This record gives sequence, C-alpha cells and structure tokens, in this order.
Amino acid sequence: MLNFLARRIAQIIPTLFFVSVLIFSLQQLLPGDPALVMAGEERDPAVIEQIRQQYKLDQPIPVQYVYWLKGVLTGNFGESLRSKMPVRELIAQKLPVTLQLGSMAILIAFLIGIPAGIVSAVKRGTVWDYGANLFALWGISTPNFWLGILMIFLFSIELGWLPASGYVPLSENWRASLAATIMPAFVLGNAISAILMRHTRSAMLQVLESDYVRTARAKGLSERSVILKHAMRNALTPIITLGALELGTLLSGAVLTEQIFSIPGFGKLIVDAVFNRDYAVVQGVVLVTATVYITLNLVADVAYILVNPRLRG
Amino acid sequence: MSFVRLAFLASALLTSLAGTAQAQTTLRIGIAEDPDILDPSIGRTYVGRIVFSAFCDKLFDIDEKLNVVPQLALSYQTSADGKEMTIKLRPNVKFHDGEPLDAEAAKFSIERHMTLPTSFRKSELASVDHVEVVDPLTIKLVLKTPYSPLIAQLTDRSGMMVSPKAAKEAGDKFGLHPVCAGPYKFVERIQQDRMVFEKFADYWNKDNVHIDRVVFLPIVDSTVRLANLKSGGLDLIERVLATDIKDVRADPKLVLSTAPELGYLGLTINIGNDKAKGPLSQSAKVRQALDLSIDREAINQVVFNGEFTAGNQWVSPTHPYYQKSFPVQGRDIAKAKALLKEAGVSLPVTVDYMVPKGTEYEAVAQVVQSMAAEAGFDIKIRAVEFATTFKQSQAGEFQVFQINWSGRIDPDGNSYIFMRSKAPQNDGGYANPEADKLMEEARAVAGFDERKAIYEKLTKILLADLPIIYIYHRTLLIAHTTKLEGYKQMPDGLVRVVGLKFK
Repeated sequence: MLNFLARRIAQIIPTLFFVSVLIFSLQQLLPGDPALVMAGEERDPAVIEQIRQQYKLDQPIPVQYVYWLKGVLTGNFGESLRSKMPVRELIAQKLPVTLQLGSMAILIAFLIGIPAGIVSAVKRGTVWDYGANLFALWGISTPNFWLGILMIFLFSIELGWLPASGYVPLSENWRASLAATIMPAFVLGNAISAILMRHTRSAMLQVLESDYVRTARAKGLSERSVILKHAMRNALTPIITLGALELGTLLSGAVLTEQIFSIPGFGKLIVDAVFNRDYAVVQGVVLVTATVYITLNLVADVAYILVNPRLRG
Repeated sequence: MSFVRLAFLASALLTSLAGTAQAQTTLRIGIAEDPDILDPSIGRTYVGRIVFSAFCDKLFDIDEKLNVVPQLALSYQTSADGKEMTIKLRPNVKFHDGEPLDAEAAKFSIERHMTLPTSFRKSELASVDHVEVVDPLTIKLVLKTPYSPLIAQLTDRSGMMVSPKAAKEAGDKFGLHPVCAGPYKFVERIQQDRMVFEKFADYWNKDNVHIDRVVFLPIVDSTVRLANLKSGGLDLIERVLATDIKDVRADPKLVLSTAPELGYLGLTINIGNDKAKGPLSQSAKVRQALDLSIDREAINQVVFNGEFTAGNQWVSPTHPYYQKSFPVQGRDIAKAKALLKEAGVSLPVTVDYMVPKGTEYEAVAQVVQSMAAEAGFDIKIRAVEFATTFKQSQAGEFQVFQINWSGRIDPDGNSYIFMRSKAPQNDGGYANPEADKLMEEARAVAGFDERKAIYEKLTKILLADLPIIYIYHRTLLIAHTTKLEGYKQMPDGLVRVVGLKFK
C-alpha cells in the first residue's frame, strides 16, 4: 500500500510539469498582446513598452517560462497584470468560495441523484421510473445559464426570497452565505444529479439481478433491507468515485454559473484572466486546479483499494 | 439540547448583528466590469473611473454643461502666453491617512502621474515641463507649450491627488490600498466580488455626505444586474441595456437617469496601413459613398429602440463643440452609387469589416452591412474577441474597424490621438498635414470661440477625407431605486456619490 502511494505521488510531479508546459505554450497561441490589452484605451507606446519589460513579456517564451517556474518553486506565482495582486492571494481569496459552492453542489447532486436512481431501478418500468428518467434527461439537457436566469426571476424578483447574485463568506454570515449560494449550487448539482441518477440506476439494476440479492430475498429479508443494506451498498462504490471526479471538475470552476450569479470563484477568475490575457493568473489557477484534480483522483483510487481488497497489490 | 441552545445563541447573535447593520446606510452600486488597479496613475478603465469618483477627488470637476468647476482646487489662472497655469488649492483638506493636502502634496501627485514608469497619465500631462510650489496653497504648472486641453485632464485621473506618504510607501502597489482625499475611504477589495468604502470623517465637504458605506459590485451580465436592482440587492446600476429601458420605466420602484455620452461609435477606415490597398483606402469618394449608404437614425431605431443619438462628428450634436454647419446627413443611395461610379471601382467593393464580439456591436455591423450592400459594397463582417482587436487594429489588419470610444471632456481627447498623423491610436494611418496643423492649433489656443472656429475648419476636412465615419453617440443609462435621492447624471458617465441620500 505504501509502495503504491509512493509511486502515485512520484507520478504527480511530472504530470504537473507537463500541465504547466502545456498551459504556458497554449496561452501563447491566444491572439492578442497582454500589454496592449492591459493598456486598453490608453495606448501610450512608451508605457506599453515599459509594461512589456516589467513583466518580461519582451523575453523569449522559454525564458519567460523559466522565470515563472523559478517563482513557483519558491511559492511565488507572480502577480496579476491587471490588478497587481499577487496570484497566490487571488487564489487564496477564491479557493474557499469554489470549495463551498462545489461541496454544496455535490451534496445536492447526491441527495437528488441517488434516491432517484434507486427508486427508478426498484420500480423499473413504472411511472416512477419514467418520471426519474425524464428528470435525468431534463437535468442533462438544461443549460446552466438558462436555468440560472429562470431561478433568479422566480426566487429573487417574483418571490423575493433569495438574493439575485453575489456572495457572502460563510465566516461572515452563514445564513446569508447559504442564501447566496443555494441557487448556483442547485443549478450545478441538478446537472450532476442527473448523471448520478443514470449511473445509480444501472448499477442497481445489475446488483438487483445478482445471486446474493436473490439469496437475501430467499432468506426472507424484508425488501427494504434487501435494497438498502445489500444492494445499495455494493452499487454505490462506483457512484462515490464518480461523485469525487465530478467534484474535481466543479473545483476547476463553474464558469457560466459563476458568471450568472456573480460568484467570485475560480471559474470567474480564470475567464476574466483569459479575456484580459492575464497570463500569470491563468497559469496559477490552472496549476492549482490540476493539483486538486490529481489529488482527488488519488484519493478516489486509495478509497477504492480500501473498499475493494482484491485491488491491493 | 446543547444543539438547540447553540442554534438559539447563533440566531440571537445574528439578529443583533442585523440590528447594528441596519443603523448603517450602505449604497450598493452594480458595475458592468471588475475594474483594473485602483491607482489613478496606472488605472485605464472606464469602470475604474466610476469607482475612483467615490474615493479620489480631483483638482477640478465638471458640471452637466461640461463647465469646469472647483473640487480640491478653488480656482486656476492661465498666463497670457498660455505657458503657466497657477492653481489655488482648497484650504484644510486632508487625505484619508490624515496627511494634509497642500501645495507640496499636489506637486507630488502631479509629478507621480508624470514619472511613475507605468503611468498612463504621462501623455495627458506631456505638455507640463515642471511643477512649482508658489505658497503652501498654490502651485504653478509650467508648460513646454501652451496646451488648452490641460484643464480638462485635471478634471479626470490626472487631477486626482494621492497621499504622498502612502504613495511613497506602497510604490506601484499603491492601488491595492489607495489613499486619496475623496468622500469615502478604501476598506477592502475582493477581486471580482466587491469594493467596499466607508465615509471619511474629515472630508472637506462632509456635510453633503449622507450615506455611511459605498459598495461596488461588479456584475457582468446586464440582465442579472437589473434583476438585482429589482429584487432590492442593489441601489443603483450603470450601463442599462437600451432594450431594457421600457422595463425600467414601467417599474414604479425604479428611476432611469440619462445623459448624452462624451464618446462615440465610429468606423475607423484603414487609409494608410491597408496592405491590400482596397478601394476604401485609396479613394475618399468610396468612403463618402459608404458614409452616404448608412442611415444612422435607422440603426438607432433598430438596434437601440431610438434611445441613442445619430452622429457624424467626434462629439455629439448636444456638445458645445458640435459644428452645427455640418449636420448629420440622410441616406442617399443614388448619390452613393454615383460616387462609386466616379471613383471607377469595380463592384461590388469588398470590405474587411472588423467588429468586437458582442450582441449590440454585431447587430450594428449587420445593419451597416445590409445598408451598404444596396450601394454596391460587399461587407465581410469579422467579429473578433475584444482583446484581439487591439493587436489587429494596431497592426493594420482591417479595412474598417467598428469601435467605440468612451470619450473625453475636451474635444481634443476625441480627435487628436485618432487622426493626428503618427498619433498612438491612429490605427488607420490617416495623415493630412493641413488637419495636423489645425489639431495643433486647437491645442495651443485657449478661447472657446477661437477653438471652435479652428475645429470648424478641421471638421470640413475630416468630413471630406472620412478617416472615421461616426455613427452614433450612446445615451448613458443609469437606473436606481426610488429610495435613493439626489442622483444627477453627468455626461462623463461617472457616478457621483456626494449629495446622495436614502429616503
């Protein structure tokens, strides 16, 4: 087990290096000139040249990369071209927001997706099953931004129950914080719950036809006990892994949803940075999300091994 | 049991928190973008200027009619030769850190704008040779050459005063914790989320500041911005969409505040840098034909519900410097066709037309495209992401570039940098020695009538050469709730918070 962990952790470093090279080179393919974008309406050639020098934009790309890598290795991710804020600080501001939104969304997805999946598998072919499938189809095919705007119209303008957008930190006022994030979390969770529902349904159907479930039934266990204790536990293992991976995706930022609800998370940070050609910010955020994603993957693998002894080498 | 007690305690705490929060008044302003750095020397965005006006006072300000009025300065006087400007400062003014705003501090601020390596104010203050302290409350700007737009610059970021102590300590990071002499002082900024300011107790005009806190919230989506205003999450929003005006007017809880903008939307024609040497670049007649094929009022009706103003000059028809002897012409397809025939070009004239991506911009481009088609133009619209347009326009990779200019108070700020030969934003490479001479003259002369007469001659040349075809001037659209009192919209689009109060 330790051996396995050591091997997996050793693999992370070259992966991250590859990611950083890739993002650095891909950025150079973006049309536009960061110094010109920064100047915007104020195009003073001398000042633009000064910006290029100050941020080493006049150096060859490999040289820029080495400068950046040197910084990263000493914990310095550089500073935003637009706001002059250290990238590390920007990430520290956004990470809790994204974590909160991501966890709430995944919680909502589990709360809706799993029961719906189980019900539709158990009541296969009935109106419950069709209803759940219809819901899944709706969840997968509804665009986030559309659902978001509809929810704002209903809950903020018509009913006046929730704020239309914005964010309040949990530490400042937890009620206001939940009120501000419940709609975006639902929008995100809704789409994932549909995916979870489909997977839960097929996993349950498979398990329900297996021998040990037949045995459990033959033993005379109640249907409730058969489904919840025997079938569901086994069916859920892959679903939890799937959930962990979906959480990883959420942590890389929910671009559209954050934009609609003005949630200052990773998604909004990276989109604004790309549009402003704020390279240091893009690089920093991508590196951090890649690390989070890889770590979650590792955690999922380890959890799998812990659950399934056959995988232990 | 303990959980119940905890929950009770928590809710009691929350109620008491809510109680104290209510006593304070907070003005929540929804802005369309997240501003860049809040340093008046380095700042370069329009939205940044909106935020500055809450915390960074300037030497001078403008009124609704674009007259220069005192703010941190009381008065100014220009010497007879136009090479010296003496400015009297308001006494007893303090910066947010308690430092006095005296002549030394004013000299420091202006010199900082002029010398900070990445200062975008350098070109605005390029005419200033040096600053002298005359007495503790008087400074003198000594100019290299007479430069009449200077006073207008001092009503904007170049006239903003920063605390010398704080600026020296922070260097180019000053914008992360700006210290100025405005009505509110900086509290915190969370990128892309909010900027919080609180009332400055020692403000020189504190009797007119009635609201305790001002919070700016960047909300990019205009529908969501409006939804927040309607649901009570915001008190004021800027840049309402023209298509939402009906909705705002129909809502009894909202007020729409408007003013004509200082800027314009124009079609920059690539005359000097067009590698393909297309007919538009080679012949003024072809440009005039394109101009005549456009029905500006129709664009205004179709895309903006008639809320904007059709225009043909770099200032709007309501501006004091608008030349009434050159009014907006109607569409004339027959004449346009005749001009194309005279120019001897083969039809259709294909045109590479660059436009920044965006619903409204692209809609305007499409209307222009279909109008010009009737005269014999084949316009190929190329919608390019905004950040990329800068590079392409500077490299001359366009034949027509449809672009917006936010506008400056002095007409020089709307003309010189775009049409003076070799000027930094003259992307179309227009060069006409006669026009250059007039633009220089307009800078050197101070009197309104004299300047207007020079601009009249310039207008005549530019409307014949057409380096830029002006289409319309936006109406600044700001909406606020009826609870907010005392709001007046100025043509520079900025939101002035002094004097505002809640009912």
